[in-house]
Amino acid sequence: MKQTLTEKILARAAGRQTVTPGENIWARINVLLTHDVCGPGTIGIFKREFGEGAKVFDREGVVIIPDHYIHTRDEKAHRNVATLFDFAKEQDLPYFYPPWTNRYRGVCHVALPELGHVRPGETIVGTDSHTCTHGALGAFSTGIGNTDAGFVMGTGKMLVKVPETIRIVLKGKKPDYIAGKDVILRVIGDLGTGGATYCALEFAGPGCAELSIEDRMTICNMAVEAGAKNGIFAADDKALAYVRARTKKPFEPLVGDPDAPVKAEYEYDLSELVPCVARPHCPDRYAPAADCGDVKLDRAYVGSCTGGKIEDFEMAARVLNGRKVAIDTFLVPATVEVAEAIRTHEIDGKTWERIFAEAGCIPVSAPGCAACLGGPVDTFGRTHGNEVVISTTNRNFIGRMGSKTAPIYLASPLTVAASAIEGRIADPRKYL
Amino acid sequence: MSKIRSKVYVAGDNIDTDNIIPAQYLNLVPTIPEEYEKLGSYAMAGLPDDAAPFVDKATSKTPYGILVAGKNFGCGSSREHAPVALGAAGCKAVVAEYYARIFFRNSVATGEVYPFETAEPLVSEFKTGDEAELDTDAHTLTRLSDGKVFPLKDLGAVAPVVEAGGMFAYARKVGMISDK
Ligand code: SF4
Repeated sequence: MKQTLTEKILARAAGRQTVTPGENIWARINVLLTHDVCGPGTIGIFKREFGEGAKVFDREGVVIIPDHYIHTRDEKAHRNVATLFDFAKEQDLPYFYPPWTNRYRGVCHVALPELGHVRPGETIVGTDSHTCTHGALGAFSTGIGNTDAGFVMGTGKMLVKVPETIRIVLKGKKPDYIAGKDVILRVIGDLGTGGATYCALEFAGPGCAELSIEDRMTICNMAVEAGAKNGIFAADDKALAYVRARTKKPFEPLVGDPDAPVKAEYEYDLSELVPCVARPHCPDRYAPAADCGDVKLDRAYVGSCTGGKIEDFEMAARVLNGRKVAIDTFLVPATVEVAEAIRTHEIDGKTWERIFAEAGCIPVSAPGCAACLGGPVDTFGRTHGNEVVISTTNRNFIGRMGSKTAPIYLASPLTVAASAIEGRIADPRKYL
Repeated sequence: MSKIRSKVYVAGDNIDTDNIIPAQYLNLVPTIPEEYEKLGSYAMAGLPDDAAPFVDKATSKTPYGILVAGKNFGCGSSREHAPVALGAAGCKAVVAEYYARIFFRNSVATGEVYPFETAEPLVSEFKTGDEAELDTDAHTLTRLSDGKVFPLKDLGAVAPVVEAGGMFAYARKVGMISDK
């Protein structure tokens, strides 16, 4: 029986040769990821169901990366992080990356692969919908709630309904003005926010080789915005090199059968894509950036797990080098590693940090989720009024960045930087 | 429970988890009893300000036991706080055209609300405040003003989990974990 990559990973995790879309299986889970928002509730359920003295299924299989409400004075947010400190100590967890220490990393979905916890062919679940990011390295990876996570924490198993696969075939050469964000906003625009509900979104075809690992992460990160259970790329040499540089743990990659039956297949030529935005208030409201020149902006934001990685800031720096921004421009690196790159990487002999400072951006913040999801009122970059925002983040729902009356346009870092220069939505091509 | 008789609240398509429980309240932990109640008091607080209030300010509970919505209900984040907030407010069931998968799954796993899917769009058949009766065994929603009966879809692959009473009860029943 021919099987897709997602089916093969799930079959192996269930200890079987094959699985069929639609059936429920008990899958073995390699990594459970949680953070400060859902960790305390997950721990509460784990203790309620397995007892106060229970031990997690695998000390090395539980990774805790607090990131959401870190740079805030909110008391409950601090209490929640304290709960994680206690739990990590009690369970003697080696992979806890707490804030206010030199182990702090930043946004979980960028930190998890950076730290070598994402390995091809494995199964990863996390208490965050953007856990689908990790399919970029050939893993099955999906977001779950606290109850399922509490169950996984105790058993290392999860009841999984095997998804049908939708295959997105990429071909052609990727122009330098096209980012991973432009690819996925176009796909979501075509599929709609519910178009891949319950499905695996598998990216295939010769165009995949054109995409960097970070581009693939951006694309898989937003698979959930089309409703998908997981996004996935097969691990090629580039992906294997990325993973081997970050972990010594053995792993066994899998590849899907190219002719495995799928629910639907769509083809995109990368060379024909254009820089684009998603208009308020839904990620599927696709429009070419060039058609939105009449949209005046108050704020630009570069950050988050989907748009705050090293290459995202490199793109922003390329566009802003030697130019000035016309609107408030917020820069939030996803992780400590990204923040370090901003301080040390250079273009034309200038660090990106200096390029941003000379362009008039607000000083780069500490790494974390920040205003990507609004958060407590004192969150850096949070909207409070009617600000019109262009952002590299992944969601533009009403109120997502704080204020219910602040519309959000989603775009690539190139488009966000070009728009920051003009104070209105701009196509970045003329700045490259 | 097999029959739920209540007022309905009607919402549209793409009701996301920020509408259901805005991110600023995610510092509340659902397994702490006072914070569970607090989450209930903020259910649907992220709807635009001109929407009818879902929760009654005086009691911090909702008068609407049934929420009727359109396509893709619960899209967005994996926050289990979403079905928990609805359940804690006193809502018993959501009846939508279809769901984002994590919301659907979290509703089933927690047992906080029934996530029924409708065979046809129902948002134009009801208005907020109408009385209705949901029969969870027969899979029907009845409009009490004229007795019109709307069929719902059965719960499909998750039915055994719902019948058992949530994920842990199901896993104990099938012997995946031992009894408490
Ligand atoms: S950066 Fe935004 S989308 Fe990513 S994990 Fe943080 S809040 Fe969620």
